[in-house]
Amino acid sequence: MRQIIYFIKKFRYFLLFIVLEILAFIIIIQDNSYHQSKFVNSANFISGGVYNKVNSINAFFHLKKDNELLSEENARLKNLLERRGNTYNLDSFTVIDSTQYFQKYEYSVAKVINNNYAKRNNFLTLNKGSKHGLTQDLGVINSKGIIGVIKNVSSNYATVLSILNNNSKINVRLKNSNYFGTLVWDGKDYNITQVIDIPRQALVKEGDTIVTGGKSSIFPEGIEVGVIKDFKYEQNKYQVINILLFNDMSAIGEVQIVKNLHKNEQVILEQSIENE
Amino acid sequence: MNKALKMNNVALNNIIRFIALLFLQVLIFNHVNIFGYINPMVYIVWVFLFPVRKSKSLLLILSFLLGLSIDFFSDSGGINAFAITFIAYFRLPILKTVLRKSDLDYAQFNLRTISFNKAFLFIAILTMMHHFIVFGLEYFSFDAITRVISNTILTSIFTILISALGIVLFTKKK
Repeated sequence: MRQIIYFIKKFRYFLLFIVLEILAFIIIIQDNSYHQSKFVNSANFISGGVYNKVNSINAFFHLKKDNELLSEENARLKNLLERRGNTYNLDSFTVIDSTQYFQKYEYSVAKVINNNYAKRNNFLTLNKGSKHGLTQDLGVINSKGIIGVIKNVSSNYATVLSILNNNSKINVRLKNSNYFGTLVWDGKDYNITQVIDIPRQALVKEGDTIVTGGKSSIFPEGIEVGVIKDFKYEQNKYQVINILLFNDMSAIGEVQIVKNLHKNEQVILEQSIENE
Repeated sequence: MNKALKMNNVALNNIIRFIALLFLQVLIFNHVNIFGYINPMVYIVWVFLFPVRKSKSLLLILSFLLGLSIDFFSDSGGINAFAITFIAYFRLPILKTVLRKSDLDYAQFNLRTISFNKAFLFIAILTMMHHFIVFGLEYFSFDAITRVISNTILTSIFTILISALGIVLFTKKK
């Protein structure tokens, strides 16, 4: 017993070092698993508050660009409305059945107060949290494409797992056909992401548009992601398909949060199939 | 009385340095993106400047806390905490090797009193170690080893330059 105490006394500095390193390593491992929420994240009161303060100054300098983006999106939405109007006119009659009507997605807005894109695993911080109805696993988009999925929420802030992250895997498809793939990032260039697992019979051309697929219960189907920049077809399959993003991930201000109101229904249905 | 005042002064200096380095790192240097992706990690100046005569265990614990605070702000898990604790532990052995002395004059030691070359070498070794651990843990795969090494070297150059400049400008030569 005395020898143990002597040992601890003699090596207490080394033991402290080992304990701290193990603690740090546990945090690293815990953070890298996708399904667990992170313990160390910037959605807390202090870092969220600091980023919020700094952003309120920074945002002032981006007002012009934000306005341009908004009016661009307004124009696009107005065009969509016009087209819809035409189809109504072609119909000889319309039936409005309120029991058939349903809303699948609900959108809300938030502001990015911290954005990383130069690291291997990037996260963003938003200025809204559980107080504003945000929960884990909601999609985050803006007018130009997808940005990521909410990972952690505190009462006033949330962190977003960016698509520029090793753990981000988002279901996408080719716009002109229904072949699905997975959007990942190799960590090299923040403008270029990769699509893997596209079946070999799919016809892929440079310049094809990639949109989100309907398989995921997070994003609505058909949100544009980017265009195919180049690809490699070797050993009878697509080795790598590079996607040039529509979004400039280095300059993101206002974002929209997508809530899938039917998510529970879909997930429960899918689970019941797996259980059989 | 005078001595106690001086001790308080040192403690206050270190508290200010801790907070200043934390905010300098998370608000400025995490977002400079030189050439699009290089973000110097200047907060490790903390390890270079922490008084040698203070308790070694205190350095370990405070370094860990500084690293963890950086991690909280930059969503990087415990990576920075791990790396800075590592170099805090190996600071003294490396300093002894660089100075080629078995026993250091603890009470008198100051980074500014040793020759520039030796101080530079000391900073460079610790910075490279720290950056290699950070990028190694961030990429966490052997396929990316070339990227880890190139990132380590490029970022180290900027970290070393900025921290050397900062130390020359903001510390007193005694």
